[in-house]
Amino acid sequence: MDGSFQVSDAATPYVQINAVGKVYASPRGDVVALEDINLDIRPGEFVSIVGPSGCGKSTLFKCLAGLEPVTSGAMRVAGGPLSGPPESLGMVFQRDVLLDWRTILDNVLLQAEFRNLPKAKYRDRAAQLLQRFGLGGFEKMYPWELSGGMRQRASICRALLCDPDMLLMDEPFGALDAMTRDDLNLELTRIWQGSEKTVLFITHSIAEAVYLSDRVVMMSRSPGAIVDVIDIDLPRPRPLSIRETPEFGAYTQKIRHHFAELGILKE
Amino acid sequence: MKTLFSALSGDNRTRDVALVLIVSVLLWEAAVAIFQPPLIFLPPPSAVWTEFMSSPGVFLKHMGYTLSTTAVAFALSVILGVFLAVCIVQSPFLERTVYTLLVALNSVPKVALAPLFVIWLGVGVAPKLAVAIMLAIFPIVIDTVLGLRSVEPDMISLAKTSRASRFQVLMKIQFPNALPSLFAGMKVAISFALVGAIVGEFVAGGNGLGFLVLVAQGQFDTTRVFVSLVLLGLMGTILFYAVDFLERLMLPWHVSQRGHRPSAAPVAAGV
Repeated sequence: MDGSFQVSDAATPYVQINAVGKVYASPRGDVVALEDINLDIRPGEFVSIVGPSGCGKSTLFKCLAGLEPVTSGAMRVAGGPLSGPPESLGMVFQRDVLLDWRTILDNVLLQAEFRNLPKAKYRDRAAQLLQRFGLGGFEKMYPWELSGGMRQRASICRALLCDPDMLLMDEPFGALDAMTRDDLNLELTRIWQGSEKTVLFITHSIAEAVYLSDRVVMMSRSPGAIVDVIDIDLPRPRPLSIRETPEFGAYTQKIRHHFAELGILKE
Repeated sequence: MKTLFSALSGDNRTRDVALVLIVSVLLWEAAVAIFQPPLIFLPPPSAVWTEFMSSPGVFLKHMGYTLSTTAVAFALSVILGVFLAVCIVQSPFLERTVYTLLVALNSVPKVALAPLFVIWLGVGVAPKLAVAIMLAIFPIVIDTVLGLRSVEPDMISLAKTSRASRFQVLMKIQFPNALPSLFAGMKVAISFALVGAIVGEFVAGGNGLGFLVLVAQGQFDTTRVFVSLVLLGLMGTILFYAVDFLERLMLPWHVSQRGHRPSAAPVAAGV
């Protein structure tokens, strides 16, 4: 390991994270949330971050979304330095944060309203997206009339409405049951494939990270730092059954071992 | 307790409430007939009814006066209260100053300030409105501030990354999000506005059911006091349910309204 995880690809990275650190001031002294984070993400790449709670995954997520300034180092997105939220960004959170007083369609259209884009133009696209995510016929229903999985699908549609170049997803399927989670993993890869979207996906689940990603970034806590980046060389499209193959098992095992060596996971 | 609860909920609610009221009135009438207390202590319901029917126009005129004072004070409290709450949430400076002051003022027994308003504003409708607004505006401001603030942080993050303006966040997220707590505040405020109007009529006099109670009390006309009290109770209940109805109309999406369950009983309506 040379301590640097920059890819030497011919294409300019879509995301460049250079020696980024984040320190929070607290009454009991400074808390180092992130330390010396280096990571490049190619355009169209699917990268997952796994790590224990408190490893700074969410801090990195917030910094990359332009919601929090970094305290050292620099970030570049789409070739420009990051100062505030990137122009073309979709966000998905663990909680679907749909507005209870809006129908599913109007919730998806919120993205266009915020960006002052013509709603009429996006109505068809919103309906198409909902159709693709199996929510056709539910457009006029309210969030509380839908199941957790359906609500999260709607929130993904909202993130995709303006066709963003980058998707940031913070444990989007963490609150869902295992079967719904499988469904959404499959649907997400289906949507992502051929879309050229760059995805940064945060998860607690090693299997989910391996299944979805081109690369898995491992983080450890106190301070939050990258400990390894693992290329996932599994063919695409990946059926759910790929998770039962020895190759898949080798990847999850490798990551688990590594976490165990760091004392983060017990074996 | 459980049977009582189930008896009081569901479709039989109106019937049950009516039943309890009728039985209470009958018991009251019977008790007066049996124990025969002096009329000055407790008149029977029949006498209260006869008293009302002797001059319904006078009672209804005073009731109308109290009602309009209450309604105007309530409307002004909502408008002013929501405006204040929005300002407080938008500005950390106002939050530190105005909001802190308001919360501190809320613990002052405001009814005691009523005579002051007579000195400042005379004996017309102004002091009555002032007392009513002073009582009613607090629950509106405090509940609305709470509602405007309790937006999920992730929703705010989403809005920021979608480049939403502060005005958009206020109008599309914070304000609708605050409506349920605004209505909770309004339900308390409508009763407080009525209390304020009556206290105003007590001290400033001239018109209204509060004034009527005071005059009747001076003449030891207990029956007349009771007519006014019954009318006040009726008015408080109707006003409360008017707000409740408005809430159901405007918030079909809120947890408390889903499935069209009857809403909670008017705890504060009798204040």
